[in-house]
This record gives sequence, structure tokens and C-alpha cells, in this order.
Amino acid sequence: MAALPRRIIKETQRLLQEPVPGISAVPDDSNARYFHVIVTGPEDSPFEGGLFKLELFLPEDYPMSAPKVRFITKIYHPNIDRLGRICLDILKDKWSPALQIRTVLLSIQALLSAPNPDDPLANDVAELWKVNEAEAIRNAKEWTRRYAMDN
Amino acid sequence: MNSDDYDDSGNETSGDDVDFGIEVEAGSTREVQSIDDDYPYEVLSTDDIVQHMIDCIKDVNTVVQIPATTTRILLNYFNWDKEKLMERFYDGNQDELFQEAHVINPYKRYTIVAKPKMSRKVLGTEECEICFMVLPPSQMTGLECGHRFCYQCWNEYLTTKIMEEGVGQTIACAAHNCPILVDDQTAMRLLKDPRVRLKYQHLITNSFVECNRLLRWCPSPDCSYAIKVSYVDARPVACRCGHTFCFACGENWHDPVRCSLLKKWIKKCDDDSETSNWIAANTKECPRCNATIEKDGGCNHMVCKNQNCKADFCWVCLGPWEPHGSSWYNCNRYDEDEAKAARDAQERSRSALQRYLFYCNRYMNHMQSLKFEHKLYAAVKDKMEEMQQHNMSWIEVQFLKKAVDILCQCRQTLMYTYVFAYYLRKNNQSVIFEENQKDLERATELLSEYLERDITQENLVDIKQKVQDKYRYCDSRRKCLLVHVHEGYEKDWWEYTD
Ligand SMILES: [Zn+2]
Ligand SMILES: [Zn+2]
Ligand SMILES: [Zn+2]
Ligand SMILES: [Zn+2]
Ligand SMILES: [Zn+2]
Ligand SMILES: [Zn+2]
Repeated sequence: MAALPRRIIKETQRLLQEPVPGISAVPDDSNARYFHVIVTGPEDSPFEGGLFKLELFLPEDYPMSAPKVRFITKIYHPNIDRLGRICLDILKDKWSPALQIRTVLLSIQALLSAPNPDDPLANDVAELWKVNEAEAIRNAKEWTRRYAMDN
Repeated sequence: MNSDDYDDSGNETSGDDVDFGIEVEAGSTREVQSIDDDYPYEVLSTDDIVQHMIDCIKDVNTVVQIPATTTRILLNYFNWDKEKLMERFYDGNQDELFQEAHVINPYKRYTIVAKPKMSRKVLGTEECEICFMVLPPSQMTGLECGHRFCYQCWNEYLTTKIMEEGVGQTIACAAHNCPILVDDQTAMRLLKDPRVRLKYQHLITNSFVECNRLLRWCPSPDCSYAIKVSYVDARPVACRCGHTFCFACGENWHDPVRCSLLKKWIKKCDDDSETSNWIAANTKECPRCNATIEKDGGCNHMVCKNQNCKADFCWVCLGPWEPHGSSWYNCNRYDEDEAKAARDAQERSRSALQRYLFYCNRYMNHMQSLKFEHKLYAAVKDKMEEMQQHNMSWIEVQFLKKAVDILCQCRQTLMYTYVFAYYLRKNNQSVIFEENQKDLERATELLSEYLERDITQENLVDIKQKVQDKYRYCDSRRKCLLVHVHEGYEKDWWEYTD
């Protein structure tokens, strides 16, 4: 494997030295480009109290292209599909090389606080979120309890 | 370039310095041409296109005093419509204009600049937010928005955008959420690899041509010329590579059918590619002995290659050729009576398909024949040489080439008459149109047959007279048909199905 770019080394150091509240990101022992991520469900959201596992991978041309991020823990959210893929502009066309792992994870945390059913990835969830928000929130809480609380 | 040039904005330009890094030959030969006398156009090479782009920018800059690079971004935003840009510039809110076009207002350039981030560690240095290197300010650069990154990161960022994403004109600043666009001079200054620089220039010229209503690339594969007109119209234009096409839609010149109907037809043919493929198949079976016959010329008069059969038949309808040679020729016309009988016997959809196949078959047939055009030109060239050996002068044998030219024009016109006819609703004028089409089809097949086989058997003076008579007749029938259709457009005769 090619030598790790300075940017990734420094970014990882800073991430460990000054962690973001509610988020932990630890590089894999055998692959420094692969991160094990845990995001805690934000307060006052249906995901409160849950611990959500994600995987984050820095591709070869990072930071020119965005990291690949995916939820591993099942989650009921209009912008996250069954496979855990996330609909977030900065992971696609709005990516800038000046963004970092830190900013990406903060944006994902913010997405949990403010779901956006108008730009859905999971259509059935988004639909319910729009027509019956109360029931959607009940589902999200139920999924959080079932999948994100027993670890 | 010494380090003094790496100053803070890194983006100054004098108003008329529009060096684009491409060598433009001075006084290149651009001449105005036209096929229709009243539709002038120019053929532009890549250099001409760049020069034209520079001229457009200079034009604007004689009136509006802003940097040329800013002008280019603004012009691109207005699809290179100078008048629109001027109008907005003088009538509207200028701040809003610059903001919409994602460029810093050059009149206010030093007021909105973001502060460079000084490093926490070493005084007088900056940290590049992309590679995290701590560098002296001379190794950092940015746009007028003030977001600064090191030269190497800029180079990598632009290279990714250009090579991976194919973006040229609309690369934004590398900072997150900063919409300010990278101008071409900055890009050329920051890019190192000549391959990337070349691709960038291609992208820029391409977007110039594509957004400019008065320019169109020649659609011929591997051709890099563009056509420039002074107003958009559905008219034929001929590229320097020899390809003639419709300026409005880019398809082969398609008189008498109009662009919109042709587009509909092409879409239909694509959707029905299964049936079209079947129709376009190059082989058919002899109607008498079932031997496989391949069409190898443009003429519809087929003679079975099986020496024991030698049946004469028509490629289009597979009927015997004999009636086609007389006034009974009835092969270009969809027989309404037969269609009705077919409708009785078969389902509706089946008959619609057959109607479509009828027109498609004839359309494809002429297209196929046109593809053999080069073969015919070669054969005719041989004949011309042969005639020159029989004491005819070069100028005297040109009639043969002229005959092939006219034959090809007729086939092209005929091909598109079937598209027109497919959508045409029957009325008195459409009957006249079909008569004209029938006449032209017949005359064209006669000319084609004559050129392909009859020419060697007679004496040369007779041949010349006969060929000239035939092509003049074809030409006059073709013009007659076109005039009639155009008159119909003016007088609203044509009614269309669906
Ligand atoms: Zn850098
Ligand atoms: Zn910026
Ligand atoms: Zn061309
Ligand atoms: Zn057209
Ligand atoms: Zn036969
Ligand atoms: Zn026939």
C-alpha cells in the first residue's frame, strides 16, 4: 500500500486529539483509510439514546473526492436507505477538498436532528414522514430502541 | 514566473489581455459562404473559434470596463449573448448580476475578501486547508473570494475537476460552499500538465460553441470545425469536411420534412429498432427461387444471381420488375384499398405497424442506396477516364459526375419525403404530393439503373445526351416537389396525423 498522505495522518491525529462531542472515529488497525465510526443520536431527535455504527472509507484520491460513508446500524430515516447509504450533498456534488472527516460526521449528525423528506433516499420512509410525521417519528424511535440500543 | 507574482489575489488581469494559451494564427482564412444565396455562414476552425471568443470578450470590454476573465464568465452565464449581458449590466442591479454569475464584483473586489487563515504555529505562515501543510504566503494562492490553498492542491483540484468530472467553464473555488468560479487565466496559470491544459481548453471552447446559439459543431465524426451563422434557421450548411447538415437541428439536410417531424421520426425509428433492424437487413430472398440476394448498388432493379433463375424483380416490393419499367410503377405509394383490406383481415395494431413499415422500408432503402454513393462515384470516375481515352475532353465528361451528384440529391430528398408522407393526413394536396413523389422516385430509379449498367453499351455522344436528359428531368422533378411542399407550408395545406 502506498504511503499515507500527510493530510490523512494529520487529520487522524487531530481527530483523536480533539474528538467531536457525540462522535467517535477510529482508524482500523490494518487499514488507516478505513474508520470505525459511532455517532450518538442527537438530543430531542427520535434517535436520542441510540448509538449508530458507521463505516467511513477514504478513497485513493481523497481529499479530491469525498469519503465513502455508510450506516451499519439499521436506521429509520428518510435520507438513509436500507443499505445505510446516505443522501447528503457534501458527499456528492457539494464536496470540497477543504472539508474533512470531522465536518462530514458533523453534517451526518445534523441530518439526524433535521431529516429532510423532500430530498429522500428511502421513498417509503419519506412518504410517511410527509403524510404522518407522528407515526414516522414513532417508527424511528422504535427502530432506534430495537437496533441502536443493545450494544 | 518569480515569487513576486504569487501575490495575494493572484488574479489581476489588464482589461484586454485575453491570452488563452492557444496560438492563434494571425489573418486565418475565414470566408463567408452560403448554399442558399440568402443564408450566409462561416466555417470556423478551432483557432477561429478561440479568436471569435476573444473578439466577443473584447467587444464587451470596449463598452464595459471589467477584467476580460470576468467578462468571459458573465458571457458564459448569458450563453454568449452580448446584448443580454449589456442589458442586464446597465438596467439591473449589478451586485445581483455578479452574484448570479458566481463572480466577485470587480468594482468592489477588496471589500468582501475572506481573511487568510494564519497558522497557529509559525508566525507569517498559512496552513493549506487541503493538504494541511504550513507554508509561506508566496506558496499560497486563491481567487478574489480570498480562500487560499497551496499551488499543488489547486493543481490537483483543477485536474480532478477537468479530467474526472469534465468540468471546464464552471469550476467553483475549492472552499466548501464558495460559488466563485475559477476564471480561465487562473486555471491556465495553476495547471501544470500539458494534457490537462489541453483538455481544459477543449472544454472551454466546447462550452463556448454549445451555449452559443449562432454556433454549431459539425456533427460529422472526427470533424473539429464549427459553423457560425448570423441568425438561426433550418437551412443547409456545408462544412469544410464535406458534410452538409441542417443548422437548426444538426441532422443531415432533410428538406422537405421539418426538423420537429424528423426528430419525432428518428425517435420512433430508435424505439422500434427491432423492426428497423429487420428492415435494414441487407439481404432478401429471390421471390422466384429463394436464393439469397444481397443489395450491392443503389438501383432497385434486381437480377437474381442464380444463373438458372435470373429473375428480374423489384427490391422494394419483391414484385416482378416488368411493370415497374412501364407506367404501372406503383411501388412508392401506400395503396389505401389494400390497407383497408388488410385492416379487415388483421388487427388494428398490425395495420399501423404495416403502414409504418411501408414508409420506413422506403426511407431505409434510400438511406442504404446513399451509402453506396462512394462506390458509384468510383465507378463513374473509371468511366470518365475511359471516355477521355475515346477523345472526349475532361470538361466534356464532367456530366457523369454531375449525374451522380443529382442522383444522390434526389435520393436524399426522397428519403425525407417518406418521413413527411408518414405523418401526412390525406387531402387534395397530399395526393398531388404523392404524385410528385412517385414521379421523382421513378425518374431517380431510372437514372440510377442507367448509371449502373447501361452506359457501356452505347456510343459516347448518345450516352451524354441520354444521361443529361435523365438527370435534368430528375432535377426538375425534385425541385418541383420541393416547391410544392414549401408552398404548402406557406399556405397551410399540410395536416398531420397524431
Ligand atoms: Zn495544499
Ligand atoms: Zn472561495
Ligand atoms: Zn465537418
Ligand atoms: Zn433540421
Ligand atoms: Zn432467383
Ligand atoms: Zn416495387
